Amino acid sequence: MRTIFYLIRKEFIQIFRNKFISKAIFAVPIVQMLILVPAVTFELKNVKIAIIDKDMTPESRGLINKLEGSTFFKVSFSTFSDSEANNLLHRNKYSMILQIPSGFGKDIGTGKQGKLLATIDAVNASSSQLTWAYLNGVILDYNIDIIKNNIKINPIVPLPRIQTTNRYWYNEMLNYKYYMLPGILVILVTAIGFLLAGLNMVREKEIGTIEQINVTPVRKYHFIIAKMVPFLIIGLIDLALGLVIGKLAFNIPFEGSILLMFLGSSIFLIAVLGLALFISTFSGTQQQYMFVAFFCMIIFILMSGIFTPYESMPMWAQDFNMINPVAYLMRINRMVMLKGSTIHDISRELYSLVFIAVCFSTLAVRRYRKTA
Amino acid sequence: MKRFLGFVKKEFLHIFRDYRTLFILFGIPAAQILIFGYAVSTDIKNAGVAFLDLSHDEVTQKLTDKIISSGFFKKTETLLNYNDIDKVFKKGKTKAVIIFEQDFGKNLVSEGKANLSVIADGSEPNTATLVTNYTTAIVNDFVTEFSSPALNKSIVISPEVKMLYNPNLKSHFMFVPGVITLILILICALMTSVTITREKEFGTMEVLLVSPLRPIQIILGKVMPYFILSFINVLLILALSWFVFGLPVKGSLALLLAECMLYILMSLTLGILISTVSENMQQAIFISLIGLMLPTVLLSGFIFPIENMPKVYDYVSSVLPPRYFIVIIKNIMIKGTGFMYIWKETFILIIMTLVFTGLSVRKFKIRLE
Amino acid sequence: MNNTVISVHNLVKKFGSFVANDNLNFEVFAGEIFGFLGANGAGKTTAIRILSGLSKPTSGEVNVAGFDAYRQTELIKKNIGYMCQKFSLYEDLTVKENIILYGGIYGMNKSLIKKRLDELLAKLQFQDYENRMISDLPLGLRQKLAFSVAVLHEPKIVFLDEPTGGVDPITRRQFWEMIYETASRGITVFVTTHYMDEAEYCDRISIMSEGKIVALDTPERLKKQYNATSVEDVFIKIARPN
Repeated sequence: MRTIFYLIRKEFIQIFRNKFISKAIFAVPIVQMLILVPAVTFELKNVKIAIIDKDMTPESRGLINKLEGSTFFKVSFSTFSDSEANNLLHRNKYSMILQIPSGFGKDIGTGKQGKLLATIDAVNASSSQLTWAYLNGVILDYNIDIIKNNIKINPIVPLPRIQTTNRYWYNEMLNYKYYMLPGILVILVTAIGFLLAGLNMVREKEIGTIEQINVTPVRKYHFIIAKMVPFLIIGLIDLALGLVIGKLAFNIPFEGSILLMFLGSSIFLIAVLGLALFISTFSGTQQQYMFVAFFCMIIFILMSGIFTPYESMPMWAQDFNMINPVAYLMRINRMVMLKGSTIHDISRELYSLVFIAVCFSTLAVRRYRKTA
Repeated sequence: MKRFLGFVKKEFLHIFRDYRTLFILFGIPAAQILIFGYAVSTDIKNAGVAFLDLSHDEVTQKLTDKIISSGFFKKTETLLNYNDIDKVFKKGKTKAVIIFEQDFGKNLVSEGKANLSVIADGSEPNTATLVTNYTTAIVNDFVTEFSSPALNKSIVISPEVKMLYNPNLKSHFMFVPGVITLILILICALMTSVTITREKEFGTMEVLLVSPLRPIQIILGKVMPYFILSFINVLLILALSWFVFGLPVKGSLALLLAECMLYILMSLTLGILISTVSENMQQAIFISLIGLMLPTVLLSGFIFPIENMPKVYDYVSSVLPPRYFIVIIKNIMIKGTGFMYIWKETFILIIMTLVFTGLSVRKFKIRLE
Repeated sequence: MNNTVISVHNLVKKFGSFVANDNLNFEVFAGEIFGFLGANGAGKTTAIRILSGLSKPTSGEVNVAGFDAYRQTELIKKNIGYMCQKFSLYEDLTVKENIILYGGIYGMNKSLIKKRLDELLAKLQFQDYENRMISDLPLGLRQKLAFSVAVLHEPKIVFLDEPTGGVDPITRRQFWEMIYETASRGITVFVTTHYMDEAEYCDRISIMSEGKIVALDTPERLKKQYNATSVEDVFIKIARPN
């Protein structure tokens, strides 16, 4: 038992003697969080649109005013050339061209429907859909304005309306930072732990110092535990740092129990480190390990629901996520931090994580051979 | 020259003998494309919705059915009172709660107005926005069906939309260029920085330096196999996206490949630069992978458009090469434009390559002294 | 006197179809300095790895320190010391830190570790350097230090795999003095080397060639048997019988 203590001591000495790593493991997450979190948002604003107004009537100008007043759009004019408009889209200067054909105002005045053509740069499918939805919203609003002002376009009976009120709980302003910060934090902690722990193990193999350990009475699980503990602690410190930054710099709410979060994160880290050490038993060189680790990491991270909810993923993806520790922690952290979910609410996730952690760690210990 | 070729050959063999790494080198982009194409999507499907129906009439029933049968939503629970809402959100399966006010149907018919509340789980803002948008659309549709005769008179403006470049609104139009950008820079920077640093760490760099090969030849020799591997990777990705998603290259394939080669070159020189500041492989890997990964994914305009970010990010992202390459590749692949539209970005990438090379040469010379 | 600490019967080790150790038979007695000679690639390192529990034999009986090399490798490891060919000590740790680590691993308590540390430093005249990093030390000193660490826990047997590679003759001599001193304490020393002159320092030697043991005896008797003036001569005569 005491051997573990001596081994852990050695690991810590080695980590902190490395001038670069000892600073980077704390500095990089801090810096990246500060820089990345404010940038990530799916919110649309200042969507640049160009308007081709071939009508030039009060009605068309009314619509343009409405668009100018909206926070989503930033309007600037182009005049009459269609090809120039398309050119603007090619050149990535605008996201949408709105063409108001001549006769727009007249049609509205005579009770016919006014036509519009919106050409949207749809390379980013979801942004373009949102843009279209917002445009429709503005048009609908304008629609109501016209009806109110022009009684001669006789609406017979007030149109039945279902008034929808939207409210967002836990994050009233739909602040994307609240959503992305736990995500980014999890990714950073995962990447650092997964990479460094495995590289560390493979490095000993490559240099040959692992032989010297294999020839001692040190037990396999002593060695594996000693490789995991320092990175577990470092990971938790990074997590704590990240949360502090979240609170101080971004005022992230923290509704749930901090202890619960650390519990979940600890189990998660054990799972990830166990996997890292398991993979490292297959790698002969650090370069090999790096690639395998990169591969696994990318898959786990992409599938974890960092950007998109995993309920919308196809069934096979959801099945895969049953062994994806990152997916579980993503959910646990978001749920506990933002909604204050209790241990009951996340019990399924916790049990799964425990199971995965035990599996990976056991695999790592069993695969490791002291005697070839 | 012969020595140089011999050296290059040795580097090649070194790489090709390592089947596992090779497999992964080509496997990573393939996996990414497949995941982005099939698993990750920004749409919602089966989003859990709970209903709090304070009215229980025919209208609410019809509207509830319409919402559930839309394919976007899945009914999770029927709530009985307001206090259950927090609990059901905490469990995590429900993304939104739809509340029908009392006498919903009656109000709609007699007064022409009824109130519906959607309370969405804001801890997942993206889903929340989509849920509210879709619900609103379904509700509007319902109103249309509910009262068709009066309707035609009330729609005054009918907009049409043309979704340019991507009429079917496929999300992989955006992802595939992004994946290419991300993979190329990560793998190239990673591979070159590690392979050079490895020689440093194991002391074999000195051996190389005293050999008849000139330093520039050593670097070139180390880098050349990765150049070719990355290029093959690009072809692989393009072929995959074509066969799996039917994603074509709208513009000139030759121009696209040329730009890719430039980007690969730039990434390789970046890797070299990283190796000059790294003392060992751990450091090189840390900088190349952890240092580059998230900023490339999040700040380059890959997933989050730069226009949506606070103004300062315009400047921050301007030092990131991927930002420019994304524009180039989107333009050629999806918009089908020619060189005239992307000359600026190309120029910037060339400058970056030269800067990285210059810095590396300087650092290398200092070290030799 | 004839207390056998290592006994090897018909040891065979194969890697695929390549036979690295071909039917080895020998015994090593307590307290002796046993030299394991042979050219590079003869199979010495393979054999020493099996004896130290790093690798399992393909067939044959192997007993080290009274324990079976198939099923009791961990017990073997408790009772032996080993000095690797490549690196024995962690380069990014200091002298003191390395000693504390290995002392702790072998179950020595704090005060015992401190005592042995002081003794070791005094013996090597190294007292001022306990906080020096291993990477800052010259090779000869590193080897001596590695050896001292290998016997820190007073094991029954210590295995040395090419311990004097790349070291100057004076340091080699000093190293062998340390080996003598260790053997006199009752620790058996099993050393492999390709320096034939070092063979003279051993109590008994065995010479391996292409996986087989081609000679096993004291240096004197071998020299007589082959009518040679040095062990090197013996080796040449065995390798190229005319």
